[in-house]
Amino acid sequence: MTRIRFQQSLDELKDQLLEMGGMAEQAIQRATEAYRTRDLFICDLVSQGEIAINRKQREIDQAATDLLAMEQPMAVDLRFILSAIKINAELERVGDSAENISQRVRKMEKMGAVEMPVDISRMASLASEMVRKSLQSFIDADAESARAVLAMDDAVDAMNRAAYKALTQVMMEQGELAPQALNALMIARALERVADHATSVAEDVIFWVQGADVRHSKSLKTAPDPHEMGAV
Amino acid sequence: MGVGIEVSNLNAWYGANHTLQDINLNIPANHATALIGPSGCGKSTFVRCLNRMHETNPIARVTGSVLIGGLDIYANAKPVEIRRRVGMVFQRPNPFPTMSIYDNVAAGLKLNGFTNRHALDEIVERSLKHAALWDEVKDDLKKQSGASLSGGQQQRLCIARALAVDPEVLLMDEPASALDPVSTSKIEDLIFQLKSEYTIVIVTHNMQQAARVAEKTGFFLNGRMIEFDSTQKIFTNPTDKRTEDYITGRFG
Repeated sequence: MTRIRFQQSLDELKDQLLEMGGMAEQAIQRATEAYRTRDLFICDLVSQGEIAINRKQREIDQAATDLLAMEQPMAVDLRFILSAIKINAELERVGDSAENISQRVRKMEKMGAVEMPVDISRMASLASEMVRKSLQSFIDADAESARAVLAMDDAVDAMNRAAYKALTQVMMEQGELAPQALNALMIARALERVADHATSVAEDVIFWVQGADVRHSKSLKTAPDPHEMGAV
Repeated sequence: MGVGIEVSNLNAWYGANHTLQDINLNIPANHATALIGPSGCGKSTFVRCLNRMHETNPIARVTGSVLIGGLDIYANAKPVEIRRRVGMVFQRPNPFPTMSIYDNVAAGLKLNGFTNRHALDEIVERSLKHAALWDEVKDDLKKQSGASLSGGQQQRLCIARALAVDPEVLLMDEPASALDPVSTSKIEDLIFQLKSEYTIVIVTHNMQQAARVAEKTGFFLNGRMIEFDSTQKIFTNPTDKRTEDYITGRFG
């Protein structure tokens, strides 16, 4: 084994990213807990965590940029660093989604507690599980378990669509509940985004491990070729 | 991509040492192909088999066939014909030290009996322009010695010398490894320009250089061609674990 220092730097980058993943996962758990309990103290914890996540994002990007500039990585190492940069951005956005949820909870806390026809807890649990599993696939460098995460996204999307349908119905039929329904809708949307970020992390793991770009596979398979259409 | 050089069942020996083993390869015409691999892997021996230089060593031996533009250089070609078709540039620039810049470029043609002064002037100018050296040397072409140029200029002079005989193939054995980054960039720019007209094979230890200039890359290890593919594939997602281990610096 040569380039020992480089390999150590790659390991350190991975460790930093796992720390970032832990922070993002904790943020989403706290945000959903804040929703469940309407606890503003937990909302504050999410906001504080968001600052730490943002700081970490910059540290990781700097470390990755340094490695690209100084070590000229190739092949699996190049793919790892590119994936690390993308995963870093996805995790930061998970933190943003958690912050969005906690802001909605702050608004809801001032309103009366009303039961809404949407299972936020189940959605949150599924989205968190996707984040956790995508990070586990990253730890294990396991493309197969990353593919399993991709398959979970459809369920969250379906729940989001059902939430949209049910909550717009509430808005139309019970106008006085529109603010609460809107907040619930925004939270469901934020959780759907978290699932999307977890999906992207899993896609980045597959790219790193197998060199395969699986992004947009469904839409690109059925889309007409822009070259054939004369658009490019 | 048409085939510029077709290599079949090529084997080479230095004494009892079997330095190249069963190489089969189609090198695309009018493109740059990079050969990479650790020291002693056989890549330099391989390019020396493409112009029959390997056999100039008395203990060396070659079997197999190499077709350049349909000519089997191991079957029925004369060395003079091979040298005309295949130019070569080495690691250290090696201009003829006592000759002027002009005579360095014209040397190959004169050796072939070319005497038309006017045509010679044109070819020297065209070759130096092709090698991106003309503007730097045109004012003192016949007095200034080739050895008085900088290392980077000397290497471009050697490229001009190789181009003067209008070859089909240009072999480059680590052409920029003795040069500073600016001179290296000039050589790389030059390779980029020349490859539309010549089939270029470049041996390099600098993998970024291979990535920058070549469309195809071959990885050699222990006298064998382990992998040959598009440069983009080799450097982002090689098929063979040994290629990946080498280019990521895990050995070599």
